[in-house]
Amino acid sequence: MALVQTTGPAPLAIPGEERGGLLSRWVSRHSPILILGVLLIILPAVANSFILDQIVGWALILGMIALSLMFLAGYGGMVSLAQMTVAGVAGYMMAVLGTSSLPAISLFWPWWVAAPLAIAIAVAFGTFAGALSARTEGIYTIMITLALAAAFFYLTLQNWPIFNGFNGFTTIPPPKFFGINWKDPIPLYYMILFFAALSYVAVLYVSRAPFGLALQGVRDNPRRMEAIGYNVTAHRIAAYAFAALIAAVGGILLVWQNNQISPFSVGIDVVINLLVIAIVGGISHPIGPFIGAIIYVILRTFALDALVAVGLDGRRFQTLIGLGFLIIVLFSPDGVIGLWRRFTARMRAAGGSNGR
Amino acid sequence: MSTIAERIAAAGTGNAIELRGVSRYFGALAALTDITLSVRPGERRAVLGSNGAGKTTLLNCVTGDFPPTSGTVRFFGEDVTTLPPHERIRRGLRRTYQISLLFQRLSVRDNVYLACRGVSRGRFSFIRTRASDAIMQSVHDLIALVHLERVTDRLVGELAHGQQRQLEIALALAGAPRFILFDEPAAGLSPNERGDLVAILTALPAHIGYIIIEHDMDVALRVVENVTMMHNGRIFKEGAPHEIEADPEVQQLYLGGGHA
Repeated sequence: MALVQTTGPAPLAIPGEERGGLLSRWVSRHSPILILGVLLIILPAVANSFILDQIVGWALILGMIALSLMFLAGYGGMVSLAQMTVAGVAGYMMAVLGTSSLPAISLFWPWWVAAPLAIAIAVAFGTFAGALSARTEGIYTIMITLALAAAFFYLTLQNWPIFNGFNGFTTIPPPKFFGINWKDPIPLYYMILFFAALSYVAVLYVSRAPFGLALQGVRDNPRRMEAIGYNVTAHRIAAYAFAALIAAVGGILLVWQNNQISPFSVGIDVVINLLVIAIVGGISHPIGPFIGAIIYVILRTFALDALVAVGLDGRRFQTLIGLGFLIIVLFSPDGVIGLWRRFTARMRAAGGSNGR
Repeated sequence: MSTIAERIAAAGTGNAIELRGVSRYFGALAALTDITLSVRPGERRAVLGSNGAGKTTLLNCVTGDFPPTSGTVRFFGEDVTTLPPHERIRRGLRRTYQISLLFQRLSVRDNVYLACRGVSRGRFSFIRTRASDAIMQSVHDLIALVHLERVTDRLVGELAHGQQRQLEIALALAGAPRFILFDEPAAGLSPNERGDLVAILTALPAHIGYIIIEHDMDVALRVVENVTMMHNGRIFKEGAPHEIEADPEVQQLYLGGGHA
């Protein structure tokens, strides 16, 4: 649990402690994530728009949606396969309520009406998924949420009046405000980065707030939680609602970044990919889903070219992706986070007795 | 509205625990048969009996871990038969478990914090609790009470068995309990820790009553005023500790072997 913040009330309670000491300790404790943050902020200075939006931007969005799964699975012990669907509901609603290339369906409401409404509808859907599955555990939660995901996929595929069936929607532009066209690569990248960082910090913060701690109590022992005064079902449903909020924002960013949404954005394979992303990154800390997402995006983008470059059939790129994930999970059941923790633990042990 | 008024009026007037005709079946197996039992506020009562006598099932029916098949359960006069466990806990009922049910991947402090938060407001709060918050003081007081100060930041899964039993007791003392159910709290404790347990039980404020299930007579009979003997899901004897100890039927059941 080295990466997870502890409550640490003791240092805060010492009045004589210097501020500088506290700050430097905070910085050193969080140095990996702070360095990562600085790198992401200065990235547009060195990277082209392909790297910004198609690699890092996409990974940040997928990371956000996987983060909502990590919040439920890691803190709540509830593996929900409906999180990609929640994102898809938000994305579809953005296309239906806002702007698209289909005047017959889209309502062309301004983004500041359409986006909040789309998020509200997606959160309602996510909460509904929670209400359905909150009384179940383990494999049954997975089955119910998978059924919801499959149902939504087929609904979008077969419904033409609202979802435009097989074709879905195209030309769903990001808004213009503050005099900035958020469709441009650099503004879009910063918007994605802002919401990804916000949701990361929010999950990290809430994990140590009463709501998040109680959720971890529900994960470890729901029966005991009842016996110390918690309404376990209500807590689980509230967790689904919070996770749905993150997934919904991710879903809207996804349609703005892709400029389209179709049934294949919410297909079963995508739903499973999201689970793989979260598990490979690691579900014991909110950074895990983002790590899993960047690995997935890099493999997804370059596996084909890499295969061709070594003279193999490029169409086998899925095999390469699968092998990559298999190797990670084989070596570390708790994902890349687990590798990182073992690595830092070894470094600290090698550092000798002067360390903590 | 009238039901709330009735509940308030009834609260505190009746017995702390009152069971009427409580039965519990597991399929065809009768774990409890027609139990009628009342315990006064502040009363300390031991429930004794051999394995399978229905003692833990009795506690589960009182807390609502599972509901009785038939009969009513009243807590300080209020009918709580159909209330979920967390509602009963918020009304001042507490319990410990025979096999520790703790939050293994959280620290000792977080475990006790959750118990304190569970019987107060802000269970759904998204705002972190500050170290200066009053609730943290009660968390540390409870940890000190069960001598776990030195392992406050350790994960519960790493604790020794005896320490987990101590923590189990701390969780049951959070907030302002009115009545506590202890399910074999001394199981697996060292003689020293048993001494601590007896000290904690006898030092509880007089208005807090409890029911204790305990096989260790040295613990059980030292900390209670009354004893209820159970056998095969029924109550078959009630009395003061010395009466129970001297009772020939009890001696036969506990020492003489053959069952009725």
